[in-house]
Formats: sequence, structure tokens, C-alpha cells
Amino acid sequence: MELTKEEQSALNGEKGDVLQTAYRILLATGEATNAEKLIPITWAHLSGVNYNTIGDAGEEFLKKLSQDAKVKVKTTLNPMGFDFDHILEFDHIDDDFIDKQKSIKDSYIKMGVEPTFSCTPYDIYDLPEKNTQVSFAESNAAIFANSLGKLKTNKESAFSALASALTGKSPYSDLRKDETNSPLTIRMKLENPNELDFGLLGFFAGKVGDSSVNISGVSQPDRRSCKALCGGMGTSGTCAKFQFTDDEETNSEKIDFGKEEMNKIYDELNTTDKGDLITLGSPQLGLQELSDLSKMLKGKSFQKRCMIFCSRAVQHQARNLEYTNEIERAGGEILSDCCTCLTPLIDTNQTDAVTTNSVKGAYYLKNSTGVDVNLKPLSKIIEEDTK
Amino acid sequence: MTKVIVQGKARGTVLKTSNPINFLGAVDKKTGIIHDQKYDIFEKSIKDSILVFPYGIGSSVGAYTIYSLKNFNSAPLAMICRKADLTVASGCALANIPMIVVSSEQFDSIENGKEIQIDTESTTVLN
Repeated sequence: MELTKEEQSALNGEKGDVLQTAYRILLATGEATNAEKLIPITWAHLSGVNYNTIGDAGEEFLKKLSQDAKVKVKTTLNPMGFDFDHILEFDHIDDDFIDKQKSIKDSYIKMGVEPTFSCTPYDIYDLPEKNTQVSFAESNAAIFANSLGKLKTNKESAFSALASALTGKSPYSDLRKDETNSPLTIRMKLENPNELDFGLLGFFAGKVGDSSVNISGVSQPDRRSCKALCGGMGTSGTCAKFQFTDDEETNSEKIDFGKEEMNKIYDELNTTDKGDLITLGSPQLGLQELSDLSKMLKGKSFQKRCMIFCSRAVQHQARNLEYTNEIERAGGEILSDCCTCLTPLIDTNQTDAVTTNSVKGAYYLKNSTGVDVNLKPLSKIIEEDTK
Repeated sequence: MTKVIVQGKARGTVLKTSNPINFLGAVDKKTGIIHDQKYDIFEKSIKDSILVFPYGIGSSVGAYTIYSLKNFNSAPLAMICRKADLTVASGCALANIPMIVVSSEQFDSIENGKEIQIDTESTTVLN
């Protein structure tokens, strides 16, 4: 990758440690994506906020970095470990965790990052115009931005997005260039798919696809299903983009996603037929999803604990529109700034198994949190776990 | 074809897996032990190895896992992949872990348990 004189001098350390670190990362990610140069980006979305995932090494790194670093472009932030408004209700979270999480939060704010604590920046802000270059680290958000928002981003890593935030630049990879035809089309063979089916389709597509896939056989799904598709896809592989196409139009290789393929993924992620806790939200729920949920819960109550994750911005809107009334009356706990994935609010001392409709959530609940997972669509959760 | 992603030099024993690695989901960030039983290197530690794997997958936060491994002295000495991904590339860049991408043929020819040397400054990067 060719660097400008100015970029080269920053890489050599002539503009301080922060920019040297940032350009070291951009150089590596530029080589990794075969980019020939760096280009400007206008919005970075960072991951690496939850103390549960980045640990002491991450907390110390950010603390040190924030002494001198400032972001150069609009920068938003992924969820952290918990909701500070509700932390006292979870007495198994120790003070050390709370202190370290606060330190991470403070470091980001000190660098000028907007404390959105959301994996769904597309639900909080209006998206910029088509083809705008951004750098989104959260995988579901990157896939959403490329595929449905018509923006351009790599499936950034926590550090590549951070480097973009600090420099306002990112490698000009193939994904950032004009539309290219994907070499692979996945033919959706399931009829009347629900959001869980779309999540499973995403997980399957992420496994078989490279950087981009076509998906045929679906008419424009609703937002809940779109988010599930993005979440599933981001979890299982390197795929950063999909486009809905008509099967006949493409010359690409074709793979079917039917009952057999779906069951295989389902059996990989679903480990029990009963959860003792329900979680909704990975990705965090948007306003429309909370509205739908409040309607589905009319006159019903959850028969077990149910955590509902949404961004703080969405929670404010939902409160103003009174969508939260019905949800809270039904026993749902609305939590912000965190999400099903990797929250310490759920742990094996308190919980054996979790019911969720999120494929992404299922993967991390099983592999990182270490609990069993009961995967079922929202309609079935309402049917079987409320009265 | 060998492509240098992060420069450096290392000598050590190959730990090879055919599974793409999800660093956040599958690797203990303090010890380097693989704790996902679906991996063919389940319960093995990647510490001080020349880690050979197809590519990284999954969460973008896996880059912090690589950085954390380095801080706890549990990181691989170098990484060799068949395909570069941003999580592994950026994690190695920040943690100063040499990383290269090799062709499928080269990848297939690297034997598990063998001692090899990587030197990105040398004409034969891999020895």
C-alpha cells in the first residue's frame, strides 16, 4: 500500500505515539485487504467497549491512549457490559468490574467518542447518503451499512475502526469500491421465514461466503428479520455484505439453504428445549421492534425473567411513545447500553439456559457465557413463555 | 506467494488447525487455551507457537483478545494464514506479532509440530 508523505511520517512516529500506532494498524489492514491507498471516512463505529471482552489489557490500553488521543471524525460506540442505571439490581457484578467498565467508558468519552453504547448505530442516526465511506467495527452494523444502508465499509476490527477514528482514514479495499458481483448466490428455500430463519440463513451465509454473497428467493423482509440476518452473518465468518437478487439474473455459483441446511445450523446452536431466562436483543431492538413487542404482549405476562436490550436513544423514544408501558407491565426488563452478547448480567452461577430468538446471541451465550441455549422465534416465545 | 501483513522475525513450533479461529469466542485471553470443543486444537494452548490457521472469523473484538494474549505473555510467536482478515491483522499489528499470508499450497505443506522460522526481512520469508 502506498502512503502519502504525511502518512509515512506519522507511521515513522514523527507525529506522536498515538498516530504511529494508528498508522501501524492501517498499514497492516491495508495489506490485508490489498488496498493501494488510504481514503477518508466520515464516521467510525467502534467495538471493544465491554470489560468482559477486552479485559485488563484493553482497559489499560485505552486509558493510556486516551491521555493524548482525540477522534477526528464522528465516532460512535458499541455496547458495554451492563446498564449503569440498573447495576445495583445485579449484585453478582463485583466492584472491580464496575470500576474497570467505568474507566473504559471514561477513556472513550475523553477521546471525543459519542457514548452511544449501541450495536445498532443505524437505528439511532439517519444514515448518510449512498456510497459514503464509513468504518464500522460491529459486524452486524457493517453488514447492515453495506447491504441495506448502501454505505461502504470494511467489516472492520476493533482496532482498524479505532485507527480510522483517530486518523479519519481507512484502506481503500475492494469492499469500498464500486459494486462487484458476488461469486456466490444462496437460494433461500424456506417458506414464510421468520426472524430466526433469517438469523440461521445469515449464519449459514457467513460460513460459506467470502466477502460478499447474493441471496435469492426472499422478498424484502421486515427490519427484525434484516437485523437477524446481519447479526447471524457477522458471527460465523468474514462476509461483510449481501444483496438480495433474483436467482436467474446471476452467473454465480449457487447453494441452497433449505430445511436440511437450516436444521444443521439450528442443532449446532440450540442445546436445550427450555430456558430459565429470556433475552431479546442482539442486535439491540429498534423502535419498531419495541412497538411490535408491546402489541404482542397486550394482556399477557412473561412467565419467566425477560431481559430486553435496546440502545438508550431508542429507549428514550420508546418511553415517550409509551411502548415501554405494556412491556414493563408484562414483566419485561428494559436494559440499555448492553446486549445479550457477552454481558456479565448473565452468568453460569445464576443461569443454566437462556431462551432467545437471536442466532448471534445464541453463539456467544453458548461459547463465551457458557450457558445452554433454547432458540425460538419471538412469536413462539410469546406463545409458550407468556400467559 | 507470501504476503507480509505484520513485519518481524520468529522461530518456533507449528501449531496448525484447519478451523478458522474466532479469537473472542474460542480463545482464553489470558492463557491462550482454545476452549471451544468444535476446534481440532481444543484444549491446546496457542502460547509461544507459530500458529497456522486458515483465517480469523467472528467478532471484531477478537483483535483485543490478540493484544491481551501478548500482554499476558500467552501470544503465539507468529501467525500464518491462508487469507488475511482485519481482526487478526490489526490485532497482530498492535501486539507486534509477525503475521504473513501464504498460498493454499504453502499452507497445506506446513506440518503441525515442525519447527520453522519466519523472517519478513529475508528473501525466503518462511524456512
